[in-house]
Amino acid sequence: MARTVLNQADIARALIRISHEILESNRGAENLVILGIPTRGVVLARRIAEAIARIEPTATDVRVGSLDVTMYRDDLGHTRTRTPSRTLVPGSIDGVTVVLVDDVLYSGRTIRAALDALGDHGRPKIVRLAVLVDRGHRELPIRADFVGKNLPSSTAERINLHLLEVDGDEFVSIDGGPVDGGPVDGGDTEGAS
Amino acid sequence: MSSDTAASTPYLIRGATLADGTRTDFVLADGRIAEIGSGLSRAGASIVDAAGLIILPGLVDLHTHLREPGFEQSETILTGSQAAAVGGFTSVFAMANTSPVQDTAGVVDQVLALGERAGYVTVQPIGAVTVGLAGERLAELGAMATSRARVRVFSDDGFCVSDPLLMRRALEYVKAFDGVVAQHSQEPRLTEKAQMNEGALSSELGMVGWPAVAEESIIARDVLLAEHVGSRLHVCHVSTAGSVDVIRWAKARGIQVTAEATPHHLLLTEDLVVGYDARFKVNPPLRRREDVEALRAGLADGTIDIVATDHAPHPVEAKECEWDAAANGMVGLETALSVVHSAVVDTGLLDWTDIARVLSSTPARIGRLSGQGQGLLVGAPAELTLYDPAASRVFGRGNLAGKSANSPYLAMTLPGRVVATFHRGYATVLDGALRPADEISALGGRTDG
Amino acid sequence: MRHLLSTKGMSRDEAILLLDIAEDMADVADREVKKLPTLRGKTVVNLFFEDSTRTRISFEAAAKRLSADVINFSAKGSSVSKGESLKDTAQTLAAMGADGVVIRHPASGAPHVLAESGWIDAGIINAGDGTHEHPTQALLDAFTIRRRLHGGAARGKGLDGVTVTIVGDILHSRVARSNLWLLTTLGAHVSLVAPPTLLPMDMSGWPAESGFDLDAAIDAGPDVVMMLRIQQERMNAAFFPNSREYSRRWGLDDERFGRLARTTIVMHPGPMNRGLEISSAAADSAGSTVREQVANGVSVRMAALYLLLSGDREES
Ligand SMILES: [Zn+2]
Repeated sequence: MARTVLNQADIARALIRISHEILESNRGAENLVILGIPTRGVVLARRIAEAIARIEPTATDVRVGSLDVTMYRDDLGHTRTRTPSRTLVPGSIDGVTVVLVDDVLYSGRTIRAALDALGDHGRPKIVRLAVLVDRGHRELPIRADFVGKNLPSSTAERINLHLLEVDGDEFVSIDGGPVDGGPVDGGDTEGAS
Repeated sequence: MSSDTAASTPYLIRGATLADGTRTDFVLADGRIAEIGSGLSRAGASIVDAAGLIILPGLVDLHTHLREPGFEQSETILTGSQAAAVGGFTSVFAMANTSPVQDTAGVVDQVLALGERAGYVTVQPIGAVTVGLAGERLAELGAMATSRARVRVFSDDGFCVSDPLLMRRALEYVKAFDGVVAQHSQEPRLTEKAQMNEGALSSELGMVGWPAVAEESIIARDVLLAEHVGSRLHVCHVSTAGSVDVIRWAKARGIQVTAEATPHHLLLTEDLVVGYDARFKVNPPLRRREDVEALRAGLADGTIDIVATDHAPHPVEAKECEWDAAANGMVGLETALSVVHSAVVDTGLLDWTDIARVLSSTPARIGRLSGQGQGLLVGAPAELTLYDPAASRVFGRGNLAGKSANSPYLAMTLPGRVVATFHRGYATVLDGALRPADEISALGGRTDG
Repeated sequence: MRHLLSTKGMSRDEAILLLDIAEDMADVADREVKKLPTLRGKTVVNLFFEDSTRTRISFEAAAKRLSADVINFSAKGSSVSKGESLKDTAQTLAAMGADGVVIRHPASGAPHVLAESGWIDAGIINAGDGTHEHPTQALLDAFTIRRRLHGGAARGKGLDGVTVTIVGDILHSRVARSNLWLLTTLGAHVSLVAPPTLLPMDMSGWPAESGFDLDAAIDAGPDVVMMLRIQQERMNAAFFPNSREYSRRWGLDDERFGRLARTTIVMHPGPMNRGLEISSAAADSAGSTVREQVANGVSVRMAALYLLLSGDREES
């Protein structure tokens, strides 16, 4: 049985809080580039950028884009072939603050790949990480700077994260173990199904 | 050794089914069919229970490549003879493209002697038409004809005697000893670098095509030459519908032409090339379904006189490679009867009487081979084959008795099975198993003496 | 994808996926660091039994941009030309730990034989086999047409309704065959124009019209004209009388080029015989994609290598 942890309103509130925290830590919206990791991270990045623009009306140039990490993963040959998504880096990232946005933080391997990918696009001054859900079980020394919800879970559990733009509905829920032997979140990919 | 006594041991074959469906017994003694009738008995005879088995006259293959001398890694006269016996054959005509080429009396007599020593079948050498198969000068056809091998069939098979004047001369010359020229009909210029049948599939696969017209145009030329000089022509491995039409026309005109089709051209089609498995590479190539149907119809109406195997062994490396580099040819002796069974008997086009004609009496007659193809008559040489038509088997490497494995039928299900083969009154195959070479050699040598 | 042997049988979805990934690969070429770490530790062998510097360096660049190790094995002048079999060569490459083999071979079907043989477990890319197929060339051609037509919005799109006229030695062209299957799979209409001697004898299974009249084909206003290279040696085999007559009847000369619409895309797989099958004005025009085709070749081959060498080898 899936148990809903966040509903649509909870997600909206979390993103607004994250947006405030980003502004606070960056001391405004200057030199800020928000890059989402496909697929759902891109949606979240766009929403955060919109929230920042509402909170800080003078911040006219919050740059938002996407950073695909498929080609930087370390599990090539261990899983099915992944279809890459598009990378769109808005302008130069040299010397700016880049906030990476992902939906679920788990092993940390996606973020490791994202940091490598980022390095091939330029040299930001600071890189921060924002995630909607942190479910623990890190395999690398990586932590998030901005977290919507900490969700301690067992590796047998499955986190479902749906967003309107991608899935047609919106919630975060948690399932029990893989009773049906079906695919398990985190087995080969981070994020939600 | 028991073989010395076995040589004179009579056989009593009980309850064999004749081509017309009646059942009868046979007694084989002194190399001949001694008695035919029901309820026979013979003191001291080895008894063979032939219940459910069809009895056929020993099969005669007018077109076999035995590879010896020169290519013993592919086949020897002994191993090829064994493959033949396992396939129900009691005689094979050995094609001339050996090394040295069978273009002198010395070489054909050597092949004859090796065949006798092996003892499984009668090995009748074919003589080359031209020296070294080079298509330039006539070989010593007369010397081969008067040698111990008594060559009557002459062929440059593998190559076409494409020079029209040379072909005319060859046809004329063999009249002196009632010979026949067996032509591999392939216009060389139209088939340069050819890899497969020319058509929609060769277009798609990007392979150089072997057009039907390259065969048909040579056959048309040759039948007209044969008519002009009044000689006998035999057309090897007819493969196209157009060729059948040309031969039908020639026969209607009274031209002395005979023709053969191979088992593979009666069963397989060019579609098999799609996977680039070189086991299916053969010359002439596998053709379209329409051609297969035309060959079957031609065999049924007598336009095509005989089935001949074109058994062509090749070593592994000649087939385990890219298609262009692979050798042409398939082994076919072991599978011939089953394939013909599948292609023309199961389809209702021929009955077992016809099979005896196209695989025994007519090939022996075309090749002027005495002692073979005389049918199941009292007093005839004891050359016969017992065949189980109800059997069915997935054909495998273990069913091949020759040296090479380039069979297109591996892993295919084929009907029927040769149970026993008798040559000169002794069994070369019994219960589907080949008898050992030393026993057979002893028997063969004795009978010859 | 286990192997890339032909475009015949490739589904529309597979083709579009590969073209879309090629778009991502093309984006990499515009970055500061033009290299991806994706195939680090993988070994790609370029096994060329025919000389083709262009194709080889395109594959080499593609593999290197994906950080693969590249071994160039030119079979010319090596043990292969001294009679070593394809089987022995393949087993040598397997022993060297090749993950991918890019093979160019004069025999149609050789890549297929290599892929099916069991001699080597590597993924096989056909870089041109005899007169059979040259799938990456067709993919780069499709990619080039799609980009010309849709620009930055090309992703996800096919070539529906696009009319493509392929002109030249269709009979011997692996490029024409691969394009025929791929472009029609993507929704294009293909017509073939050639001397009757240079069309296959039976094209009944081909989803294309064919004809002998280039002028009529030009006047039909195709979206794309693809000129094929004509080999001089065909002349000696009596496929046509001489290059002058060929050029007059089947060359894209200045006059014919002038009759094409401004928007017509002019393609050539290279290397060109300027003045024979294509005039310099046509080859250097704004409609010509000849140079783009070269650049796009690298992107498409990167996509092919990625699809071949990623994913569980045991699967599919
Ligand atoms: Zn032949």
